[in-house]
Amino acid sequence: MISILIRRTLSLAITLLVVSLLIFTVMDLLPGDPAAIMLGTSASPETLAALQKQLGLDQPLPVRYLAWLAGVFRGDLGQSYTYGVPVAGLIGERLAVTLPLALIAIFLSVTIAIPLGVQAARKHNGVFDFAAGLFSYVSIAVPAFWVGLLLIILFSTMLGWMPAGGFPGWDAGLLAGLKALLLPAVALALPQAGVLTRVARAAVLEVMNEDFVRTARAKGLSEGVAIWRHAVPNALVPVFTMLGLQFTFLIAGAVLVENVFNLPGLGRLAYQALSQRDIIVMQDVVLFFSALVILMNFLVDLAYLVVDPRLRANAQ
Amino acid sequence: MRKTLRRPVLLIGFVITLALFAVALLSLVWTPFPPTKMNIVHKLKAPLDFGLLGTDQFGRDVASMLMVGAWNSLSTSILAVLLGASVGTAVGVVVAMRRGWLELVVMRGCDIIFAVPPILSAMMLGAFIGSGRFTAIIAIGVFMVPVFARLSLGAALQVWTRDYVTAAVSMGRPKAKITLVHVLPNISNQIIVQITIQLGLAILTEAGLSFLGLGMPPPTPTWGRMLADAQTFLGQAPWLALMPGLAIALAVLGLNMLGDGLRDLLDPRDNS
Repeated sequence: MISILIRRTLSLAITLLVVSLLIFTVMDLLPGDPAAIMLGTSASPETLAALQKQLGLDQPLPVRYLAWLAGVFRGDLGQSYTYGVPVAGLIGERLAVTLPLALIAIFLSVTIAIPLGVQAARKHNGVFDFAAGLFSYVSIAVPAFWVGLLLIILFSTMLGWMPAGGFPGWDAGLLAGLKALLLPAVALALPQAGVLTRVARAAVLEVMNEDFVRTARAKGLSEGVAIWRHAVPNALVPVFTMLGLQFTFLIAGAVLVENVFNLPGLGRLAYQALSQRDIIVMQDVVLFFSALVILMNFLVDLAYLVVDPRLRANAQ
Repeated sequence: MRKTLRRPVLLIGFVITLALFAVALLSLVWTPFPPTKMNIVHKLKAPLDFGLLGTDQFGRDVASMLMVGAWNSLSTSILAVLLGASVGTAVGVVVAMRRGWLELVVMRGCDIIFAVPPILSAMMLGAFIGSGRFTAIIAIGVFMVPVFARLSLGAALQVWTRDYVTAAVSMGRPKAKITLVHVLPNISNQIIVQITIQLGLAILTEAGLSFLGLGMPPPTPTWGRMLADAQTFLGQAPWLALMPGLAIALAVLGLNMLGDGLRDLLDPRDNS
């Protein structure tokens, strides 16, 4: 197990390094001088030269990359051009919105999907199965940001129960914060729930007829106990794999949903950085998101090994 | 049994997709009103008050904008998916032919590309080369490459183990020729199914990009920007936010159903 762990961690480190190199190089290869892009057309040559020097653009690419990477390791992601503060602090601040948002969305999607998928598998080819299938088809097809708009129309404009957007900050209290995140989280969770319901249904269907579930039934356990205690835990592996794979889409969804609800999260930061041409912030946020996706997949891989001894044997 | 039960999926998917293509193509020659023509006198009219689906804040006909939006969304998505499918499949079959370290490098590469959501790569691209259809196509297409590379690699590796391929190898046929004559035709069904499903995803992504203003520039109507514009008038004219979203959902639903139906129809594993 330890040797696998070391190997996987090594591979993770290499992947992260390549990602950082890739993002840095792509940003560098793209036409246009970042300093000129940040300053716009009206900048004087002196200002331009000064910013180029400040950003280290007068150095060759490898030197700049290593300097940036060394900074990342020290937790120094550079200085935001528009906010005039360190990017690391900015990301940390915004993460306090995006992270809870993503976690609530994941929690919601799993709590919707697993009972729905399990029940659909139990009532295989029945009316419930059909309804669950319809639910997943529709929820996968609707864009999360549109669901967000519909939720605002219904719960804010028409009923007036929820805020239409914005975030009061965690200082305003846990409840106020959670209330602001609830609608966005629902919008974000719905498409995920559709995908996960499908996976959960297929996984339970597959295990339901395995020997150990038949044994559980044969020793007199009720159908419900046999399914929930014996079949479902074994069916969770594909569900969590899918959750890991869907993480990219969760992040993409968060960028959009944060913009719909005016939430000061990381996605909105990236968007604002784009409109303000704050290249450094964008580069760092993209790296952060990508690293998060890779890390998530790494954790899912590891969880696999912990959960399923057979995979441990294969990986040796 | 299961196959016959799921045939309605194929049928419904086919009908919706056909309707989508028909509307998109029709918009090239006819729309009820010129889609970009402003008519302030008739602004923010409810559906049926003016035109079939009402008007937006500039008095533009929503139904006409939706029709043109269908073409814009579909054409961008098709180009993006074709880009991803052709590059990805080429990479996949070449790797299946060569194997070895190339396989490892390419698969890791796929992981890496997949880690950057197209919304973010479109933002990076947009900052430098400007937003627009080209940026959207590249961002979505590049994200699709790993999907097709993985799929075609897996499928091609299976074909390489078949007896007829072994026979061809033992007859001294060059590997490139075997790939063209035996591998590609045998994996084409799976690629076609995947193209259909990815097309749905591309439409969703394109809508997201347009919503953020990273898609085609105004005044070209896109479903995503129609939703972004509608956001300002949620209280006043909520129907403006309804129709473009429904159009996106219906298009994606149709393509996903068509893809699932085609998979059931074409996948030989299901015949057993």
